[in-house]
Amino acid sequence: MEALDIFATASLWSAVLRIATPLIFGTLGALICERAGVLNLGIEGIMTLGAMVAWMTVYQGGNLWMGLLVAALCGGLFGLLHALLTVPLGLSQHVTGLGITLFASSLTYYVYRLSLPVTSSPPTIEPFQPLAIPGLSDIPFFGEAFFTQTAPTYLALFAVLLTAYLLARTPLGLAIRMTGENPHAVEAQGLNPVRIRIGAIVAGSALMALGGAFLTTATFNSFFPTMVQGRGWVCIALVVFASWRPGKALLGALLFALFDAYQLRLQHVIESAIPYQLFLMVPYVLSIVALVVMSRRAKVPQALMAPYRKGER
Amino acid sequence: MNRETVLELAHISKHFGKLIANDDISLTLGKGELLALLGENGAGKTTLMNVLFGHYTADGGQVSAFGEILPPGKPRAAIEAGIGMVHQHFTLAGNLTVLDNVMIGTERLGLLRSGRKQAAAKLRGLSERFGLQVEPYAFVADLSVGEKQRVEILKALYRDARILILDEPTAVLTQIEAEQLFQTLRGMTDTGLSVIFISHKLAEVMAASDRVVILRGGRTVAEKRTSDTNRAELAELMVGRRVVRPVRTDQAPGRNILSAGKVDIVEDGRKLLDGIDFTVRAGEILGIIGVSGNGQAALGQLTCGLRGADTGTLVYDGNQANGFSPRMLVTSGTGRIPEDRNTEGAIAEMAIWENAVLERIHEKRFSAYGFVNRARCRDYATELIDRFDIRGAAPDTRTGLLSGGNMQKMILGRNLAASPKLIIANQPTRGLDEGAIAAVHAELLAARKDGAAILLISEDLDEVLALSDTIQAIFKGRLSAPLSAEDADSRTVGLMMAGIWETSHAA
Repeated sequence: MEALDIFATASLWSAVLRIATPLIFGTLGALICERAGVLNLGIEGIMTLGAMVAWMTVYQGGNLWMGLLVAALCGGLFGLLHALLTVPLGLSQHVTGLGITLFASSLTYYVYRLSLPVTSSPPTIEPFQPLAIPGLSDIPFFGEAFFTQTAPTYLALFAVLLTAYLLARTPLGLAIRMTGENPHAVEAQGLNPVRIRIGAIVAGSALMALGGAFLTTATFNSFFPTMVQGRGWVCIALVVFASWRPGKALLGALLFALFDAYQLRLQHVIESAIPYQLFLMVPYVLSIVALVVMSRRAKVPQALMAPYRKGER
Repeated sequence: MNRETVLELAHISKHFGKLIANDDISLTLGKGELLALLGENGAGKTTLMNVLFGHYTADGGQVSAFGEILPPGKPRAAIEAGIGMVHQHFTLAGNLTVLDNVMIGTERLGLLRSGRKQAAAKLRGLSERFGLQVEPYAFVADLSVGEKQRVEILKALYRDARILILDEPTAVLTQIEAEQLFQTLRGMTDTGLSVIFISHKLAEVMAASDRVVILRGGRTVAEKRTSDTNRAELAELMVGRRVVRPVRTDQAPGRNILSAGKVDIVEDGRKLLDGIDFTVRAGEILGIIGVSGNGQAALGQLTCGLRGADTGTLVYDGNQANGFSPRMLVTSGTGRIPEDRNTEGAIAEMAIWENAVLERIHEKRFSAYGFVNRARCRDYATELIDRFDIRGAAPDTRTGLLSGGNMQKMILGRNLAASPKLIIANQPTRGLDEGAIAAVHAELLAARKDGAAILLISEDLDEVLALSDTIQAIFKGRLSAPLSAEDADSRTVGLMMAGIWETSHAA
C-alpha cells in the first residue's frame, strides 16, 4: 500500500507544519477578533497584503524579520480600518470585511505592479532557511519532521501558547472574551468595550498579515497575486471548527495541512488514473465534514457580529 | 429614625429627545435602609437609576455618595464609590463561568496573571456570608434565573458595594424566589448595607421596604414611610387616579368548549404534562395556577396548537383529536394570548397593522388573490386602537415601540375583536403595571360575559382568585382536581401551588 507509506515519510510531517503555519497565524488572528465579537472577513485581503509587503520589504533590502514586522504593522493598519467601520460606526461586519478584502487585495496588486516591471518570472528573495533545533533535530524521524522548521513556524506555535494563556489566564483575556459575549456587561463594570474590540481587531489583523508574510518569506521566495488562494476563508472556517479555542485551532490547522500535504503526495502515487483536481478538492471536502462534526457543540460568542452601542440593549 | 445619609440625588433631570424622563428628582438614602422606588412602566425609575450609576449623563442635577459628588457618566466612578447595580436584564455572559462574570473589570488589564484562586475564595466567602449559594466554576448559561440574579448581586458585593440598586428584581422570579430575595436583602441592610429596589408591584413594596418614593411621569409625586401608608394609597399615587380592579359577577356556565382527558406530553423521557384533565365551559374562566416551570409552557403549547398530546385526547367543541393546528384553532374562533408577548405574541419590527391582521390575513376582507388589502388592514388596526385604548399607537407605528401594557392590549384586541368562543390567556398580565392589569382583567371579564370560555394560565395568585370561576393548580406537570371559586382562599390555593392537594383523582 503505497498510499499509506506516505504517512511514514518524515518529509510529509515536515510539510504539514510548513503548510499549517500561515493557517495558524490566520486562524489565531480571526479567533481573537471573533472572541471580542467582531467577524473579520478582511482576512483574505490582509493575508495577501502581508505577503506582498513582507516580500517587498526584503526585496528592497530589509532583512526578513523587518519584512515580518512591516507586514504586521500594515495588517494592523487595515485591521484598524475594519475596526473603525464596524465598532464605533457599527456597520455590517460582513460587508465591511469583504470590502476590506477587495480593497487590500487590489491595492496590493496595484502597488506590486507599480513598483516592478512586468516580467515572465517574478523576482525572488532569499527566504527563511530551516532552523535545526540543537539536540531535538538529531532524533531520527521526529527531528526531521518537527524540529527542522523555519523560525516563523516556531513563532506560530509560540503564538498559540501565548494566545491561549492570554485569553484564559489574564484579566485582559477575560475582558476580550466578555466583550464577545456581552459588551454591556463589560461596560457596566467600567471597562470600555469599544476600545477592547478595536484593540483585538488590530492585533488579530496583524497576526493574519504574518500568515500571509510567511508565504513569501518561507514557503516561496517570490510574490504572485493569487498566492493566498482562499487560505483566509479556510481560517474563518477553522475558527468555527476550533469552537473559538486556540488549542483546537492549532489542531484544525494541522489537520487541514495534513490533508493538503497528503493529497500532494498521493497525486504522485496514483499518477494520472484520477484527475489531480480531485485531490486538490480533498482537504476542502474533509474540512467541511470535520466542520459539521466538530461545530455542532461549539459555543459561539453570544455577541459575535452584534454591534455595540452605548446605552442600547 | 434618623439614619446617616449615604446617597443623595439632587435635582436630577434627563430628557431623550422630546421625552422628559426625569424632571427635577431628588431623593436620599439612609444607611441600612431598604428603599422602594415605585412607579408604573415609563415613570422614569430606570432612567433615574441609570443616571445614578453613570450609564446616562444627566442634563442637570448631581449625585453624591458618602458625601462625595460623583462625576457624571462614569460607571467606574460609581463602582469605586461603593455603588452596585443589578439590572433588570442581566448583564451576564452565559458561555463564561460565574467566576469570570464576577471578576470582569476587577483587575488591572495589564496584569500578566489573574488571581483566580483568591477570587474564587473571596466569592465563596461572600456567598456564604449572605446566603447566596452559587458554584464559582459553573457556567452561567446552566443556572436558573434566580441563580443568575444571585450572581449579579454577588458581582456588586465582590466590588465591596455599600449601596445596592436592583431594577425590577422580581420581574423574572417566582413568588418563592422573590420572598427569598427580600429576606436576603433584609439581611444585608441589617449589616449596614443600603438598598434601593425598583418595582411596580404594590404587594412587595408594602411587604419589604422601609420607605417608598413614588414616581409618576418623571416626577416624584410622594415619599412615604411604608408603615404609614397602605396599598390603596400607593396605587392611587402611582397611577394618578383611583384604580379599581374589575370584579367578577356570577353567571351560569354554558356548554363544554374545551376539555382534556388524561393528556400526557413527554419530552426526553420526562413527562411535561402528566395525565391532566380539565374542562372549560362557555362563559367560564378556568384558572390554572402554579409556580412557573411546572408544565405551563407545555400546556400553553398544547392548547394553542403548537404541539399535540402524546397520549390522551382533547375535545374542542365536539371535535376529538390529540391536538389541533393553529390554523384550525384560529378559524374556529380561538383567541390566543401567548406567554411571551415579545417573542411569540407580536413581531416587534413590524407595524401594528401587520401584527393586527397576522392571524387572519387569509380572510377575504384582508387579502384576495394573493394581494393584501392594506387600506382595510389599516382600518382594522385603527378600529382596534380606538376600541382597546392602545396608547401611543397609529396603524403604522412599529409594534416594538409600544409599552408592554399597550402591546398586550393590541394582542388582546386582535383576539377579542372576533368574539372568540375560546381564549387561551397565558400569563396575560406578567410585567404589566396596575393600570394595564385592570384593563386586561376588564377585557377578559367582558369576553366571559359575552360567552367566551377562557383558560387562564397564571402564576399570580391575586389574579387567579379574582377572575376564575374554577381553579386548578399545576405542579410538576400534574393538575389538581377543580376547586370552585367559592371554596378558594389564598391559603388553600397556596398549598395547592406547592403540590399539596387531596388526590381524589388518581394520576
